[in-house]
Order: sequence, then C-alpha cells, then structure tokens
Amino acid sequence: MIETEGGPAVVVRGLNVVRGKRRVLPDISLVVPSGQVVGLLGPSGSGKTTLMRAIVGVQIVESGSVTVLGHAAGSAQLRREVGYLTQSPSIYSDLTIRENIRYFGRALGLRGAALTAAVDRTITEVDLDSHADQLVRDLSGGQESRVSLACALVGRPTLLVLDEPTVGLDPVLRRDLWNLFRDLAANGHSLIVSSHVMDEAARCDRLVLLREGRLLADVTPAELLERTGESDADAAFLSLVESTGGEEIW
Amino acid sequence: MNPGLTLATAGRVLRQIRTDHRTIALIMVVPMVSIGLIAWIYNNTPIFDSIGPALLGVFPMIVMFVVTSVATLRERQSGTLERLLTTPMGKADFMLGYAAAFGLLAVVQALLATSFAIWVCDLDVVGPLWMLVLVAVLVAVLGTSLGLLASAFARTEFQAVQFMPAFITPQFLLCGLLVDRDRLPDVLSAVSDVLPLSYAVDAMKEVTAHPEATGAGLWSMAIVVGFIVLALALASLTLSRRTP
Repeated sequence: MIETEGGPAVVVRGLNVVRGKRRVLPDISLVVPSGQVVGLLGPSGSGKTTLMRAIVGVQIVESGSVTVLGHAAGSAQLRREVGYLTQSPSIYSDLTIRENIRYFGRALGLRGAALTAAVDRTITEVDLDSHADQLVRDLSGGQESRVSLACALVGRPTLLVLDEPTVGLDPVLRRDLWNLFRDLAANGHSLIVSSHVMDEAARCDRLVLLREGRLLADVTPAELLERTGESDADAAFLSLVESTGGEEIW
Repeated sequence: MNPGLTLATAGRVLRQIRTDHRTIALIMVVPMVSIGLIAWIYNNTPIFDSIGPALLGVFPMIVMFVVTSVATLRERQSGTLERLLTTPMGKADFMLGYAAAFGLLAVVQALLATSFAIWVCDLDVVGPLWMLVLVAVLVAVLGTSLGLLASAFARTEFQAVQFMPAFITPQFLLCGLLVDRDRLPDVLSAVSDVLPLSYAVDAMKEVTAHPEATGAGLWSMAIVVGFIVLALALASLTLSRRTP
C-alpha cells in the first residue's frame, strides 16, 4: 500500500472528456481525500462511470490532469495500488469463482501461500464460500457481481474505485459489504463508490454529486441534509438535482 | 514482460477451455476427419501423398485462428482485458499466454492428426515426426497470433467468425495445397509469397519429404516465426490501456 501521508488520494484538475460526440465531463475539478469512503452520486448519464474510468486511467481524456496517490492516473506505479470494479461484471464465465479470483490475484503479483490466503479471505468477504468451486456461468447475476468485486478486493489496493458494487444485492449483503468498505477506510484505504441507492449515501464520509458532468456538490452527508433542508438523502438528492440553479447553492 | 504472468495467463486460458468439452473435441477430431475424408477421396491415387503434408500445416492455423479471435474478442467485450491491463499484467504476458496455451493444444492436435495420417491413412512421411510436430506448433502459434490481431477488427462474434473465410480462404487457395506455388499465375504467385500460410505449407512439405532438416525447410520455418513476431507486434498495438 502506498502511504499518502494525509495527502489526497485523487486530484482532478480541469478534466475534459469527450465520448462520441458528447462532452461527458466539461472541465471538472475534484479532490478526493485519502482514507475515506467517497460516494459518487448522480442521475444515470451524469458522467460517474467516465470520471471513474479517468481516475483508473483507462479513459482517453481530452485535457486536464488526474493525479492518483501522487502519480499520473494509469501510470505503471499504480497498477498494484488501484482496484477497479466495472459496472457490469468483468470476469471469466467459464472459470470457477476461485479460479477467477486467483488469476486476478496472480496478475497483481500475489503468489503461493499469500495468494491462497488472499483468495480465501476475499471469497469470505463477498460471502461466496459455499459456491467457491462453481463455474461463474452457473451463478445468479448478484453472485456474478460479487465475484467481480472480489477480483478488485483480492490485491488490497490503496485506492478502490467501485462502480455500483451493491446493485442487485439483498439488504443483508449490502450492509455487510458497506461494513467491509468502512473497515478498509479505517485501515487507511481510500474508496470511491458510485451508487444509485441513497440510503448508502449516509454511510459515506463525503458525497460527490454529479449532473451532466458538472460537480453539483462535494459535501459530507450531514451538510447535504442541512443545506437542502431535507430529512433524508433521497429527498435531498432530488431537491438538489431538480433545483435549476443548483450549482449556485454551493 | 514477466514469465510468471505469462504462465498464469496460459494456465487460465487452458482452464477455460477445459470446461468446454465440445470445443476440445472439435479441435482434436475435425483435422482427423478431414484428413481421413481426403485420403478416402483420393484412394488409390498418389495425390494424398502430395497434399497430405500440406493439410497437416493448414489445420492448426485455421482452428487456432478461429478459437483465438473469438476468445480475445470476448475478452475485449466483457471488460476482462481492460481490467487486466489496469494490473501489472503486460500486453506481452497476455499475448504470449494465449500463444503458449494454444501452442500446447496444438502439440496434442498435431500428434493426433499426424499419427492418424501416417498410421491410418498411410501417408508417406520421410522426415522425423518431431519436426512435423514442431512445424504444426509453429503454424498453430501463427494462427493464434493472427487471431489476436484479427479480433481487434471485429466488433461482434459474427464478424470474428466471418474473418475466418476472409483471412484464411485466400491463403488456403494460394498456399500450394491445390496448385504448387511455382505453377500459379505470376501475380498470384507473387501474392502467395507474402502470405504466411504459404511458408507454413512449404515447411511442412520439406519436413515430410526429406529424412533430415533441409535449409529450405528451416528457412520457411524462420519466415513463419517472422510472421508470428510481426502479427504479435501489430496485435500489441491494438491492445490499448486507454480507450475512448
């Protein structure tokens, strides 16, 4: 794990991204502190995934800079330090759960006993012990997305970028995963988690709200409620997204 | 490049294929059936002895090309390739892993097809068996490398499968299997000089016709290796860490 010594996990400056004919991110700037769980919220098509791809370093950007743990996003020093969960599961359907996680662990440089221990630990974390030797193609959608999450967790990266990790999961599992995210943050890992589920917003340290690629808010959950005058995250989010002059409040 | 990661990738590819019994059966049985049919068609003629060796060089190429182009297209589409390239896994580890896995399958395929051709279909082979297998493996790795490259130009699995006739048919017609390359019309002969399968078939013909390695055979094998390197180099350009 890279020690950030209190420095920010991610610094985005003047980032412009064009996908197809659309300017998905027009000149966005953002600082993500380290050791926190930062929730990335916003309506579908607001640029959450594109921002995450830029942070991981797989997105071609037009201009601007993204610095992750002190290095340019996507640079070789970060390949062990940044774990990325894509929205749709990117795993091998013709391998078992264990084989998938082992292979991604191996790609991160784990070997031997350390690899086996990391794989076993991760399978337990995503609650798939009883299915570990089943082929992924025989799993349900929710189980598949947990295997994909496990492949991001296995190397214990300093920064985890998780695109909707809890979609389609039952409440018990969602609670357990959020406890895991909180534990990781308590141990100095940084997490950026996008979500559609507003009750999860309350479990974040900070919330970043996007609309049409623009930063609508970068606040703590308490500040969000206070400034919108709403009692829950759902209503606060709606009032923020629907208020036409939203940007000016912040 | 990291040999450990190359091996891990080769092992992963083989594990994936292990769960697909039908594909394994097709890879192993189709060459034997085709060789058997051709031997039967040309029963009591000397033709099988002249085209049999070339066939042994054509099958590994076709089969590995199709399997690899579909497999890597899937990796591109499912996001697993993008994910791997965010890890310390290098492009070379990824590509050589595929080449090693399919090269290993090619050894088994070549042993089965060659044994079947020699002992069941009475193919006359003068050269040593191990040379034959070596050429078959080279050709298989060539098919894998071309498949890696071709997958970059396919957006769907339909297209990837259509690349088989598009990439392979011209090479198949001009490689010297149907008409010797030096008896082709001048233009076609020149075209066949720049197609990789021509050299695979040349090498196979040399190996089966002479009791020991010949200069011409080794030269053809070297050219096949050159095509493998070229195809892998071009394919590595199509594996980009960043996409739009």
